Amino acid sequence: MVTCVSMIQVFADGPENIPPPKGKYSEETVCVEPVDVMRRQHFEYILDHRDKTVIEGIRTEKYSLTGCIDCHITPDAQGKYARYSEEIHFCASCHLFTAVTIDCFQCHADRPEEAVRATLRMSGQVIGVQELGKLMQLDALK
Amino acid sequence: MRYTFDTSEVDSGRRGFTLGVAALGGLSVAPGIFLYHSASAKPADQPVSNKQRWGMLVNTNVCQEDCSACVTACNEENGLWSLGRPATDAQWIRKLNVKDRQTGHVTSLPMMCQHCEHPPCVDVCPTKASFRREDGIVLVNKHTCIGCRYCMMACPYKARSFIHEPLYEQLPHSPRGKGCVESCTLCVHKVDRGDNNTACAEACAKDGHEALVFGDLNDPHSEISRLLEKHGGSQIRADLGLNTGVRYQGI
Amino acid sequence: MESVRFSSVDARSVQYWLLLGALALTALVGYLAAHHMDVEGHHITGMNNQVVWGFPHVVAVFLIVAASGSLNVASISSVFGKIDYKPLARLSGLLAIALLVGGLIILVLDLGRPDRLIVAMTVYNFKSIFAWNIFLYIGFIVVTFVYLWMMMERKMNRFVKPAGFIAFIWRLILTTGTGSIFGFLVARQAYDAAIMAPLFIIMSFAFGLAVFLLVLQASYAGTGRPLGDAILRKLKILLGIFVAAVLYFVLAYHLTNLYATEHHGVEHFVLIGGGVYTFLFWFVQVFAGCVVPLVLIFIKPFSQSRHMVSVASLLVIVGGMAQLYVIIIGGQAYPLVLFPGMEESSSFFDGVVAQYAPSIFEILLGAGGICLALAIVTVGIAVLEFLPESLSDKALKLESATT
Repeated sequence: MVTCVSMIQVFADGPENIPPPKGKYSEETVCVEPVDVMRRQHFEYILDHRDKTVIEGIRTEKYSLTGCIDCHITPDAQGKYARYSEEIHFCASCHLFTAVTIDCFQCHADRPEEAVRATLRMSGQVIGVQELGKLMQLDALK
Repeated sequence: MRYTFDTSEVDSGRRGFTLGVAALGGLSVAPGIFLYHSASAKPADQPVSNKQRWGMLVNTNVCQEDCSACVTACNEENGLWSLGRPATDAQWIRKLNVKDRQTGHVTSLPMMCQHCEHPPCVDVCPTKASFRREDGIVLVNKHTCIGCRYCMMACPYKARSFIHEPLYEQLPHSPRGKGCVESCTLCVHKVDRGDNNTACAEACAKDGHEALVFGDLNDPHSEISRLLEKHGGSQIRADLGLNTGVRYQGI
Repeated sequence: MESVRFSSVDARSVQYWLLLGALALTALVGYLAAHHMDVEGHHITGMNNQVVWGFPHVVAVFLIVAASGSLNVASISSVFGKIDYKPLARLSGLLAIALLVGGLIILVLDLGRPDRLIVAMTVYNFKSIFAWNIFLYIGFIVVTFVYLWMMMERKMNRFVKPAGFIAFIWRLILTTGTGSIFGFLVARQAYDAAIMAPLFIIMSFAFGLAVFLLVLQASYAGTGRPLGDAILRKLKILLGIFVAAVLYFVLAYHLTNLYATEHHGVEHFVLIGGGVYTFLFWFVQVFAGCVVPLVLIFIKPFSQSRHMVSVASLLVIVGGMAQLYVIIIGGQAYPLVLFPGMEESSSFFDGVVAQYAPSIFEILLGAGGICLALAIVTVGIAVLEFLPESLSDKALKLESATT
């Protein structure tokens, strides 16, 4: 109950400038489930789907974390994608406020793939891969 | 006792069962339509099954000693960035040079998770985080891995890496993070997508070597099964009786 | 009937609080070191993808092995009916619990995801000896608690023998489990041996008794209570027998390996060419940890000195740590053999001896676990009646005369 109340508050008081989702899930529903259900129970859907994906290889987009991220994390007017460390990130906007710590984004991408790849190109991480390849080649030649 | 490494033994029990079911299905659903014809993409909402057993064949005769295209492709596909610390950097696939002390002959081959039918990592994992998918792919469920590293002690192939530092900018299809163990996933995201290939095998073929063949060991008509049937293929540390999903020719 | 009087130690002295403060502080520093490892990741330790278990595991396994061994003193009295050891049984039980807790805390804090301890406690893979050990460790603490209760509550005294018997069997299974962590590793050259389980059991006898002797002597010296020569002598000779047995098992293990050509590589590594591991094996484990204590215990004039019992116990502990270092870290440093008889090389350190040196964080974590165990004992003997007021020859003779 406490969580519900505080969540309702979030959507009243939270950051205004969260980039909107890509679009509606279907003609009938905004999200994969009614919005109030998602606010309260999104983690149950995600956790359930997580185990199905990892263990059984079920790869439907509905309820998948990648699906959430791809739809909800959209660029702002400048074309910049928010990160989980910023309060305008869709997930962070609520989780930071309610102080519910999640460790999803220690491992999972917090933005769609194109955004991650763009950052990698900028930060030169791709060069890191090539360097590792070279390192391995040198060792393999020994 | 002598061990024979007949490749037709690959999950022979399962294959017999599978073919039986397939034949039955084919008969009962509609004549002439075979439900399980070959390794094609499964519907995304269906769980994987033991009808397939994914595997890899490595032809070391054509694997080039000075080539590591498979390694680079794996790193790029799965977002394995080097942090400049070779002793702790993750390596899912590595080029291994094996030299015969007597003759001096060097064999070069890629070494990665062998996707065993009886994986020691799965046996020792206290939390069932190391597991074998129905289709034979051995994975780490990083949601339940506690980072005890017992699987790394148990793996006969040194196939696993522990993540020694916080990671950033992981790719969406390849979540990875500090404190968990990981290893080759046989490009499980590509397999589930129906690519029917792995990044390493694609890269090897692109470079014109074609030393790596990915495919379904349970499907007698798949390329990998036909090659194995024709030329044979051995397991590394076959003495351990693990029935690996990765087979080698020329060793 | 009960002629030996137990009492809690006086906790009002400055020395007591200094000791407890120092132990608690070291334990806290160990925790902070582990926390730092958790935040930064294990790359700040000496551990890597080749040596995945490092110094914390050496200390943790030592403490766990010593825990089950230190319960032996109690078992000797209640299971094997050696009445002379009965006054020592309570301390034996307390020390067993304390050492196990210290060892387990180290293991947990060294996990990649210590925050997921709850997963380890709720999801079990029963084919994993590790999962079994979680049961065995928790069960050991419970069984020993019950055993202590039977010993310390007069009304329950009649159940001491069955409780002690269960605890004794449990501890044998527990150490078998600990040894099997290594014995079940089929792929590693240095492990994969059934002798690991009995070797660990006999190691636990020796290490546990050595720790017990040191704690006993320290607590009696610190509280000014009399500790007679007779009981010390009995324990000392027992320690000597256990140390000799360890040496025998080590000999059997290496001789068996030396006979099989397949194992010549790893044997050469440990016995001759392994650098620090060879040094630790011969000079610390065998010489300082076995030969010297045997001399100190059995040969005059050393055997006539009480101080030599402490020295021998300390050496057995140091030698035991070295032995586990050689087994755990040396066993990983020796390269995994993928192609027997071939030379292997790669970017992933195939075919080469892995480098490992413990970092300060691992050493602090190990020291923290040891100090936590000792702090538990220090608090325990002040809160409850674990120590007999006198262990002088006279007091003990009185007891054996009346019973």
